[in-house]
Amino acid sequence: MSVEALTRNDTIVLHGRKVVGGVTEGEALVTHQTISGWGGINSMTGTVIETRHELRGVSFKDKILVYPGAKGSSGWSAAFHTTRLTKTAPKAMLFTVMTAKIALGAVVMRIPSMTDFDRDPLDVIETGDWVKVDADRGVVEVTKKARP
Amino acid sequence: MVKLADDEQAMLDGQGGPAKQKAMELLVKYAEALNCEDFVNTNNIAGVPGSSTLFLKNYYKEHNGGDYNAIFSLFDLDSDTVVPVPKVSAYSCHLQGGMDPNEWATMGYTQEAYDHFRADEAAVADHGIQLMKTCTPYLAGNVPVKGEHCAWMESSAVVFCNSVIGGRTNTEGRESTSAAMLTGKIPNWGFHRDAFRHGTHAIEVEVPIESMIDWGMLGYFTGYAVEENIPVITGVTYQPNLIRHKHFGAAAASSGGVELYHMVGITPEAPSREVAFGNNRPVETIKYGLTERRKMYDLLNSNGTSTDVDYVMLGCPHASIEQLWEIAGMLDGRKLSPNTHLWVFTSRSVKSMSDNNGYTKAIRDAGGLVLTDTCSAISQSVPKGTKVVALDSAKQSHYLPAMVGIEAWFGTTRDCIEAAITGKWKGELP
Repeated sequence: MSVEALTRNDTIVLHGRKVVGGVTEGEALVTHQTISGWGGINSMTGTVIETRHELRGVSFKDKILVYPGAKGSSGWSAAFHTTRLTKTAPKAMLFTVMTAKIALGAVVMRIPSMTDFDRDPLDVIETGDWVKVDADRGVVEVTKKARP
Repeated sequence: MVKLADDEQAMLDGQGGPAKQKAMELLVKYAEALNCEDFVNTNNIAGVPGSSTLFLKNYYKEHNGGDYNAIFSLFDLDSDTVVPVPKVSAYSCHLQGGMDPNEWATMGYTQEAYDHFRADEAAVADHGIQLMKTCTPYLAGNVPVKGEHCAWMESSAVVFCNSVIGGRTNTEGRESTSAAMLTGKIPNWGFHRDAFRHGTHAIEVEVPIESMIDWGMLGYFTGYAVEENIPVITGVTYQPNLIRHKHFGAAAASSGGVELYHMVGITPEAPSREVAFGNNRPVETIKYGLTERRKMYDLLNSNGTSTDVDYVMLGCPHASIEQLWEIAGMLDGRKLSPNTHLWVFTSRSVKSMSDNNGYTKAIRDAGGLVLTDTCSAISQSVPKGTKVVALDSAKQSHYLPAMVGIEAWFGTTRDCIEAAITGKWKGELP
């Protein structure tokens, strides 16, 4: 089933591995670029600040962040950990490339996080889609946003 | 599921006290997130334990208390309760952070922030953690050996440890290194394992790479080309020394997430292309020629428009004694432009050598400063009124303009020194 063939009420189900458990739902924010933590985000506002990043100036607060994963400084976990304290963290993270940075960051952000999917979430999920994440069961349900 | 050795289970059960228990709980969650089966012992840890920005200090003052012990418990160990943090059990050092211990006022810090800094520092030392205060622990006395399992933060130090030395560390974070300091354990994942250390991408260098600026640009290109993968670099005809590796690795770790690189015939795990790749077939072969070199130079200079330079920052990663010798020599008794500041960052131990050799005085006599512990990006501190900075580091060029909202030029160390003396940027691709 291709994404194009879907109507607004279709849902897509992905299966993956729990990184950090928990259940939540929210609006997807998708980028095909990795994100730097320290120096790449503003932890006070939950915003990407990296020069030349396609999400520069965009906030991930309360979003289901869908992206390849982490890059850059080892301050990654501490920068995202701080977003938990400032209440600007994403609601959940779905990512495709495992690194020590993102694993530790997911643990200390204490948000449902998943990886190792049966389908590439970057091909399936678009910004604005509604995403239910059940990391405990390893299931993601995507409802495509309404087409104009 | 993580398999625990007896000593790990004992710590998890609380037999080593509550702090080690919290540390072990965090490490188990981390190992599970990685899908990693066991731990490896480590006795070489580099992190930023318990250090606090004013934000963290104030936040935790309002939530359970803001002293060193509270921040170590609540932030570093991700504990919900404050536990008494004992002295560390493994050989541990504190990386960069804070402010210069003498010139803090020049850097724009308040007396209150300085008092916090001194109190934190005393607590770090009390816990048995060495105050190296540098992003280059390998220049300040902590040099791992090939095959040694380490748990290091600081992406530029990690890539140096893995690639140049053949030590073994992932890019750890603040919480995992602090937990490792108390337990001597880190997940046996990634670069701790042989199979993970083989190359994935081939970088074929087609231009001579000799000067430090060329190593910085090649590193910056490599990071963009391979992202977090493992490049195998061939075609290097000039033997890089320590500062060239330092700049190459720092750049590759900034533009991408390179944590290990192999240079055929140069780095310890790459006696040949075949050994460097192991059973991997290169995913991609990428060439670096004159076009790519030009592109990197332009990219690194894309944040500069005004040629009136009011700040020159050197020492990213922290300057080696060789670089301080070079900088002092380039200044050669001349004076800086009255409109331009020069700050050179290094570690305390290298600065002490620089003091003894007269380099610090030579730089100061010209109108510049040798500062320690931090850098402009880490501290987000630049001389007051700075609009345009000149840099010789691809890493600093990557971070600083976005972090403090200034223009930046990238060039050779000599371009930067000339800009400090004339107040004008005249750099060109060499």
